[in-house]
Amino acid sequence: MVEYIPKIREIARKLLEKGTVDVFIGYKKGTVAMMNEPVLIKDLSEVDILYWDSHCGLNLCNYLTRRTDRIGLVANGCNSRNIVTHIIENQIKREQLYIVGIPCTGIIDHRAVKRTVGNREILEVKEEGESFTVSGNGFQETFQKKDFLRTNCAVCLHRNPVEYDEMVADPVPEQEGVNPFKDVEGIEKKSADEKRQFFTQLISSCIRCYACRNACPLCYCPTCFVDESRPQWVGKSIDPVDTMTFHFLRAYHCAGRCTDCGACERVCPVGIPVRQFTKKLNKDAFELFGWEAGLRADQRPPLDVYRADDYNAFIK
Amino acid sequence: MLEKSYSKEEWTEALKGLQSAYKVFVPVKEGDFHNFRPLKNGAKPSFDFQNTRLSPKAVIFPQSERMFEYTLDESEKDAHIVKETDKDFSAQAIVGIRPCDALAFQLVRINFDNPQYQDPWWVQRMDATTLIGFACNDPCASCFCTSVGSGPFSEKGLDALMVDLGDRFVVKSLTTKGEALLKKLPSGKDASGALLEQVQDLAKASEKKISSTVPTDHLKDNRGNELFSAPFWERVSFACINCGTCTYLCPTCWCFDIQDEVCGKDGDRIRNWDACMFPLFTLHGSGHNPRDKKLQRVRQRFMHKLKYYVDKYEDGVACVGCGRCVQFCPVNIDIREVFELMNGY
Repeated sequence: MVEYIPKIREIARKLLEKGTVDVFIGYKKGTVAMMNEPVLIKDLSEVDILYWDSHCGLNLCNYLTRRTDRIGLVANGCNSRNIVTHIIENQIKREQLYIVGIPCTGIIDHRAVKRTVGNREILEVKEEGESFTVSGNGFQETFQKKDFLRTNCAVCLHRNPVEYDEMVADPVPEQEGVNPFKDVEGIEKKSADEKRQFFTQLISSCIRCYACRNACPLCYCPTCFVDESRPQWVGKSIDPVDTMTFHFLRAYHCAGRCTDCGACERVCPVGIPVRQFTKKLNKDAFELFGWEAGLRADQRPPLDVYRADDYNAFIK
Repeated sequence: MLEKSYSKEEWTEALKGLQSAYKVFVPVKEGDFHNFRPLKNGAKPSFDFQNTRLSPKAVIFPQSERMFEYTLDESEKDAHIVKETDKDFSAQAIVGIRPCDALAFQLVRINFDNPQYQDPWWVQRMDATTLIGFACNDPCASCFCTSVGSGPFSEKGLDALMVDLGDRFVVKSLTTKGEALLKKLPSGKDASGALLEQVQDLAKASEKKISSTVPTDHLKDNRGNELFSAPFWERVSFACINCGTCTYLCPTCWCFDIQDEVCGKDGDRIRNWDACMFPLFTLHGSGHNPRDKKLQRVRQRFMHKLKYYVDKYEDGVACVGCGRCVQFCPVNIDIREVFELMNGY
């Protein structure tokens, strides 16, 4: 997706020059291979540090919460859906934003790449169309991007932005015939005991750093429940019960809001596939309410609305 | 001083034998990365790594540690009396610690063991610990140990140093503690002169492989106030999501929080790692938070390591150049760039 870079810079320059926006939020190329850093630009002279490739795996919507200025930013499918969710939840106003749409062909799973090259340290990554080349001391290997997509990107149904002011390129074809919930179906088949074992094992290496929570644009509560002290809902040690409580409660708070952007997994310093928690709730939201988060700004999410035609009897 | 050579099989077997005298911590591969774990229950030591994901600081300073216990049951004679929880201070060894992480233990001593305060548990555990270092033949691109007082073959803070020579490890004792441990290791031969020469060559080659350097020469000048209000903090901190990755992975971050946890009538007083990136870290009982903004918290972390510590202890920076925060900061905030900014300001 590196071919989008000149257009991103051109649009950002235009927006800042004309004063359409006060700031522009994008990525700059990272100092470590397969990492990029979110950056906020105010000055025209900085426009040329803007960068985009298949390693922009965070969610820039995270940086919008309660800003009061006019902001330009790049957004691919999932990021744009989080922006819509932010608008619905009154965390930002649509008119403050100039959304530069990225037709996304998916983000690369950097852990999978590292796993494949083994102990050799990757010093550089170069992207060309749908393939990419990693290199280090004495080695160079080229891979097809489709074989290394993050698991959320591999089953993504909304690669193009749903809300934008301007696209950097023509929309890409959406993926067809993928089942985004195949892994959840596997977990659903487990017995209660097996499920507990599965999730206990899943988070056994969690260090409670909260990177997953903090990378998530949905987690903008002024005080998260894990940080409350009166009452203290959850212990702060690495007792497995407390760690489990954190992950489950956080997931429930994301029900009907999560766009499966994968930022939580991307940032985890110990590589926990935390989306296994949120995906079940995405599946429920879809199956029970036909709801996929962030597709429409004119409809309230199922969990914060009363509808006379709700299928539940108790609500009538 | 002992200089011994072990084939890799001998070494693994020898470590098993060591368990009769020490609790042995070794690098164990867990999924995609290594961490230090006790060598028991079939844990397989693996010395095929650049560095462990977490530093071994938790062996001495656990992420969560029960300090005291008490009962709130007033029918008990000792109700409300806080009693120290039994702790294990028997001899232990960390085998395979990288030189940077060993220097970190030496560095954090100033916090846990100084003339004014001694943390009894840290001190006793450290005293009971023998550190068997593992020289770095292939330092990472993000390592900058040679700029901050360590090096891939540095012996600082270590009791012995092991070097990987492909088919074998050469292990050299550096202290009486290290020598005592080596004497307890069954098997192994005295290392020949040729092997020791090989070690020398590797050390030189490895030092040359360090590709990252950071400047520190200007940090100590009295520019604390200027640095505090430098405009670059806004840029440095923008991307930060205020997670605990940098602090928890850092071998020199030593901050903790103390919490009481009560279940029914039984209470525990627990010490947990804390992180200056969390807003809760500085939240006062009054509700006031002197560091309620991200910029303030990010600035604090770097100022503490690269300015306040430097000024207060006159012992260099509170960073050993292990590069973990560089590699694993989820938003790629790179401390090497902050060194440049602060030193050059």
